Amino acid sequence: MLRILILFRVAAGALRVNVLRSILTMLGIIIGVGSVIIMVAMGAGAQAKVDTFIEGLGGNVLVLFGGMRGGGGPVNLGAGEVQTLSEKEIALIEAQIPEVESAAPVLFSQAQLIAGNLNWSAQIHGSTNNYFIARNWPVVEGREFSAQEERSAEKVIIIGKTIAKELFGAADPIGQSIRVRDFNAIVIGVLQEKGQDARGDDQDDIAILPIQTVRNRLTGISGHNPKEIRMSFIKVRDGANLESVQSDITSLLRQAFRIPANQDDEPFRIRNLTEMIETRAETTRVFNNLLAAVASVSLVVGGIGIMNIMLVSVTERTREIGLRMAVGARPFDILSQFLIEAVVLCGAGGALGIATAFVIVYALERLIAFEGVIEGQVVVLSLAFSAIIGVFFGYYPAWKASKLQPIDALRHE
Amino acid sequence: MTANDVLLHTQALKKAYRMGGDTVWALAGVDIDIVRGEFVAVMGPSGSGKSTFMNLIGCLDTPTSGSILLDGSDISRLKADELAAIRNRYIGFVFQQFNLLPRMSALENVKLPLLYSGVPEQEWDTRAIACLEQVGLGKRMDHHPSQLSGGQQQRVAIARALVNDPSLLMADEPTGALDTRTSEEIMRLFEDLNNGGRTVILVTHESDIAAHAKRLLLFRDGKVISDAPTAVRRLAERERVPA
Repeated sequence: MLRILILFRVAAGALRVNVLRSILTMLGIIIGVGSVIIMVAMGAGAQAKVDTFIEGLGGNVLVLFGGMRGGGGPVNLGAGEVQTLSEKEIALIEAQIPEVESAAPVLFSQAQLIAGNLNWSAQIHGSTNNYFIARNWPVVEGREFSAQEERSAEKVIIIGKTIAKELFGAADPIGQSIRVRDFNAIVIGVLQEKGQDARGDDQDDIAILPIQTVRNRLTGISGHNPKEIRMSFIKVRDGANLESVQSDITSLLRQAFRIPANQDDEPFRIRNLTEMIETRAETTRVFNNLLAAVASVSLVVGGIGIMNIMLVSVTERTREIGLRMAVGARPFDILSQFLIEAVVLCGAGGALGIATAFVIVYALERLIAFEGVIEGQVVVLSLAFSAIIGVFFGYYPAWKASKLQPIDALRHE
Repeated sequence: MTANDVLLHTQALKKAYRMGGDTVWALAGVDIDIVRGEFVAVMGPSGSGKSTFMNLIGCLDTPTSGSILLDGSDISRLKADELAAIRNRYIGFVFQQFNLLPRMSALENVKLPLLYSGVPEQEWDTRAIACLEQVGLGKRMDHHPSQLSGGQQQRVAIARALVNDPSLLMADEPTGALDTRTSEEIMRLFEDLNNGGRTVILVTHESDIAAHAKRLLLFRDGKVISDAPTAVRRLAERERVPA
């Protein structure tokens, strides 16, 4: 054991002798370890963002999308198509499936909002108070819709933080009037700030109006489906099984739409929101893992560099090896000396690579809105991995050194 | 002379090399006894087998046949690790080219054999300093080989050879790279060490240098052709060199 410690000192001494060469040799490992850690940190950062987002959703939300169908006839993509879903189905789901805590019908629109001399184009959702429950998104200033406002096409509006900032600045928006396309609506509430979604879009750039108001004044009423909606956020009670609720809703809707059991095609789609985000995150993860795999190739290249320089070093130091053997070094001592030298090279390269990764991740966080998460186990693993590379690529040169015959080595010029 | 006094005994010692298809007998049967405290010079033309002989008794190589007894135990069939241990403990080498490690100080060079011995680390400095003082370099311990003269470098090498207190000091052309005056100083050092009881074997092709020894072995064609006390022993000048 003592001998090993001494050999570590000998190795460190040998590397100090040629600092520039040592650093150049380590460069491959530094770049390899550094880039692997950065890639993994980027992946972990994206994942952490998704996790926070899912936490914000509450994690038990289903999204129901309606399909399109021609005016009563078979599927056709021309004009006069109507949405399949209506408020009726949503009410049915709420009434029939006890695990559903709340279901919010949603109509989409886009409108120019004007307040005073400021204007702002925003996404409009028409819905009910269920929206705030289903999306886990409370109104923090002002109030939600009253029962009366929810039912009839009252001209009231609840706005996201971004709109409040853009149209009213620091002033209190509650009670102010906003011109929505061609009518004026009174601001009754402001939503809690939500930040960016998994795609990086600003979620606070949104305004919620009563669904009937949107239908009457923005999207227009369809003759075939006067209570049409585009989608619904469905919040499932805590502890309920999302998948079984999902299939309950599916069979309920198949029944309501009278779809024969042998027909697979459904005029609606139901998705688990968590699942959707996970899928997108999975894509990011796969991409990052691919990058990390590419980066680890440079680790192998770095290892080959180490092997190359160790072979040169063994040849250069043949006389030294011969002398060490003459004064009593066993083949094992020579093997250990060169192996330890390779491991120290790789280990130091790994440590420098980790330091570089920390600096770069920190810089990226500062310069661009990038979140990197460097996990302790990744650091430990990459350090261990670079030491293993040292053993793997250092073994052959070290073995070659230990097999030298002392007399031949001593006579080497 | 009792059996106990024999430090080195070789019997029918042979070493063959394969050169192309032929077998060349570099050593064709050598029977020699070397007694403790002797100062033996080995001479002979190149190709006479003297270097092979040195390599074999120095445990740097193994014989084709025959045996070598060092301190009564047979070392001719040992494995690489065991030979390394013997070299470390029983043999001190001094080479023509000094073979110091250039990036280490004199002290570190002298400590090198201790690295591979079982000597506790806290004793290393004391032992190495004592050896450097013995060769008269107590004041230059921190110098690197490039800062030392040839003679001083060879003294460091001798201190290194002594640091594990070996039974046998083997010098292979130790003055081959030195001028006459410095050679004389180095030979004086070997005489002193021999006077102190150390067994010294010296390979040289200069009869002037060989004349410092007490016994002369002459090799030719792989055999010892002459083994006799030195006819006229020539001792190094002592008055001129400060003590």
